Amino acid sequence: MYEFVSGPLVWIAFIVFVSGMVYQFVIMLRSAKKDKVIYPYMSLKYSLRSLFHWIIPFASRNMRDRYEVTIVTFLFHICLILVPILLIAHIAMFSFAWGLKWMALSQGSATYMTIIVILACLFFFIRRLMLPEVQFVTYPSDYLLLAIAAAPFITGLAANQQWFDYQTTVIIHMITGSIMLMVIPFTRLSHMLFFPFTRAYMGSEFGAVRNARDW
Amino acid sequence: MGLPAIPIVNDPGLDEAVKDLTPEKISNVVNRIIDSETAARFKVYMKTCVHCGLCSDACHWFLSNDRDPRFSPVGKVKQTLWEIIKRKDSLDPAFLKECSRIAHTECNVCRRCSMYCPFGIDIAYLLMVVRRICSELEMVPQFLQDTVNSHSVTMNQMWVKQDEWIDTLQWQEEEAKGEIKTARIPLDKEGADVFYSVIAPEPKILAQLIGNIAQIMAVAKVDWTMPSFDGWDNSNMAMFSGDFETMGRVERYHHEAAQKLKARRIVMGECGHAFRGAAYDGPRWLGWRQPPIPLIHAVDFYHELITTGRIKIARKFKTPVTVQEPCNIVRGRGLGQKLREIIAATCEDFTPPDPDFEHNYCCGAGGGVINCGPPWKTSRVKGNRVKAEQLADTKAQIIITPCHNCHSGIEDIISGYKLGMHVKFFSEILMEVMEIPDEMRA
Ligand code: HEM
Ligand code: HEM
Ligand code: SF4
Ligand code: SF4
Repeated sequence: MYEFVSGPLVWIAFIVFVSGMVYQFVIMLRSAKKDKVIYPYMSLKYSLRSLFHWIIPFASRNMRDRYEVTIVTFLFHICLILVPILLIAHIAMFSFAWGLKWMALSQGSATYMTIIVILACLFFFIRRLMLPEVQFVTYPSDYLLLAIAAAPFITGLAANQQWFDYQTTVIIHMITGSIMLMVIPFTRLSHMLFFPFTRAYMGSEFGAVRNARDW
Repeated sequence: MGLPAIPIVNDPGLDEAVKDLTPEKISNVVNRIIDSETAARFKVYMKTCVHCGLCSDACHWFLSNDRDPRFSPVGKVKQTLWEIIKRKDSLDPAFLKECSRIAHTECNVCRRCSMYCPFGIDIAYLLMVVRRICSELEMVPQFLQDTVNSHSVTMNQMWVKQDEWIDTLQWQEEEAKGEIKTARIPLDKEGADVFYSVIAPEPKILAQLIGNIAQIMAVAKVDWTMPSFDGWDNSNMAMFSGDFETMGRVERYHHEAAQKLKARRIVMGECGHAFRGAAYDGPRWLGWRQPPIPLIHAVDFYHELITTGRIKIARKFKTPVTVQEPCNIVRGRGLGQKLREIIAATCEDFTPPDPDFEHNYCCGAGGGVINCGPPWKTSRVKGNRVKAEQLADTKAQIIITPCHNCHSGIEDIISGYKLGMHVKFFSEILMEVMEIPDEMRA
């Protein structure tokens, strides 16, 4: 079991993730040609202007108005992306397999950042339950996606802290991690891929066509 | 969830058409529109939206209805498109009436929400897709459909016949000459610098605005013309009902009328939706990157006349004013700054609304909503309480409103919330403050 999840499953997960992203990207480019307005309106300058105002915390009005969401979402996303990439345990597996090595987070900060992600997921969960305008547009799948995003962090933390049988926890962790990677391209988690493009288009339409700001 | 019931509104346009619908007809149209008329934007927006509700605070309907989630931008998409996609082949006719109510009468396609969604999802566009589906199923509120029918038969919005049009222009020319000797309304003049176009309600009910522009043009010594033939009306309700074929015809007529007269540029009267149709929605549908002849809105034109000194200000307007910034020219064309500058040049006591510029609240009338007519007026006025509060806070007496839709919408809000304010077009202010050389006076 351990051999399978730490070997082939990881391979499968990465292949599905990468090829799924490429597939979605290609589909998007193709259908963008059919949507007559996209290519003619796209502007690099205004795309960057828009992206800039939406990846800097508090650079847009809604980010200032909804500051609590802004703080949580930035912490959440930064930790969510950095921890798996810069985790000693993850890097060790790569270097064991391929001899690759890169800068790692200290174990202590990785653990704190993991806790941040889990707390942020809790925040999103409560927000979804409590705010009528969010609850109204919540499908069961939204909770499921939140759980899928939280699971590798919860199980990773459990393994690291050795709360339960280590071997079993790590196996569950690898499975949940693989699931998360594999569903990204095919669910709303694909917002990771689409974010720069939806922003770029809206930024271009606002800037180049409408001569107005979009933040 | 204990939300108040949404009052049932009887609208013959919807109540009659719904009787002819069957789930098969609905699914044919839905599949055709989604498969062949939408592409990347629609598909990516539908995949990307993370159901976070962050767009809610953008919408005046949501804010004014005590944060009722059914009026939030994504809430409206959920109640329409998400359901449509989920149950494509088993949609019952009554559901389509809900769709039309939500998309035609409870969203002004003002696009404020696309500035609040962190992904920049164009929710107004998504709701336009719903309108398109409704329109293809002939589910359009009756009053709105009537204006579309008028467009498609007469090429103007209000069934104005050609002789009425010419009569009105001649009458207004007489009126203008009574004030300024040199005032003329030159018809069909070739090669003029300015081709001036208006929306049909001007000849129909607000003819003095045409007389005003004749005086302003005379004072500024502008070489201008208006067409005696179809294409004079720059409004476009078909753009908002979802009848894009008619929208395209109307826009083509307007641009071609100016081309026929070999005009150097088109100047459009004080109307926002008309400008949107002529400047981007129309060209988009027709496959033009830019309109063939340069086109500017009245605010831009007055800015030019004032800053170049062709119109001089004799005395500034004294009554306290504020402004209604029309979505389609401020968020839609960045004319906010120029609008402020012409107000500063002509008015002494100006208080800006808050929020303002691109973040202005819609008047609640735009996007064809006011054209859905009296049956929907109560919900429209109720859906824009935030506008009433925002205007009241300025303590101004006059609201300068360079848009016909906003003009009527704000008047309804003033009376609905008893604000005791008045609405004026910018040209009406200009008429009061511009310097008229003595030798021109009649
Ligand atoms: C797909 C294959 C994956 C494998 C083989 C894997 C493997 C591991 C291993 C061996 C550990 C070490 C546990 C320890 O400290 O003893 C670990 C920890 C961890 N992993 Fe993964 N992981 C995978 C995917 C992911 C993903 C996709 C994420 C998150 C997006 C993730 C997040 C974490 C976290 C947060 C920790 C614990 C960090 C800490 O508390 O210090 N892992 N992982
Ligand atoms: C690097 C690219 C990414 C960008 C730019 C991005 C951006 C966003 C934005 C703008 C939101 C909107 C709502 C908010 O601010 O809370 C959001 C929500 C969310 N993101 Fe991401 N994201 C990225 C990657 C990811 C990844 C890889 C995951 C998980 C696997 C993820 C999980 C989530 C979740 C679960 C939410 C929704 C929270 C809720 O329930 O409201 N994101 N993201
Ligand atoms: S009315 Fe304006 S803010 Fe509200 S949903 Fe429609 S486009 Fe968005
Ligand atoms: S803010 Fe954007 S992503 Fe969030 S619910 Fe609204 S449309 Fe969807």
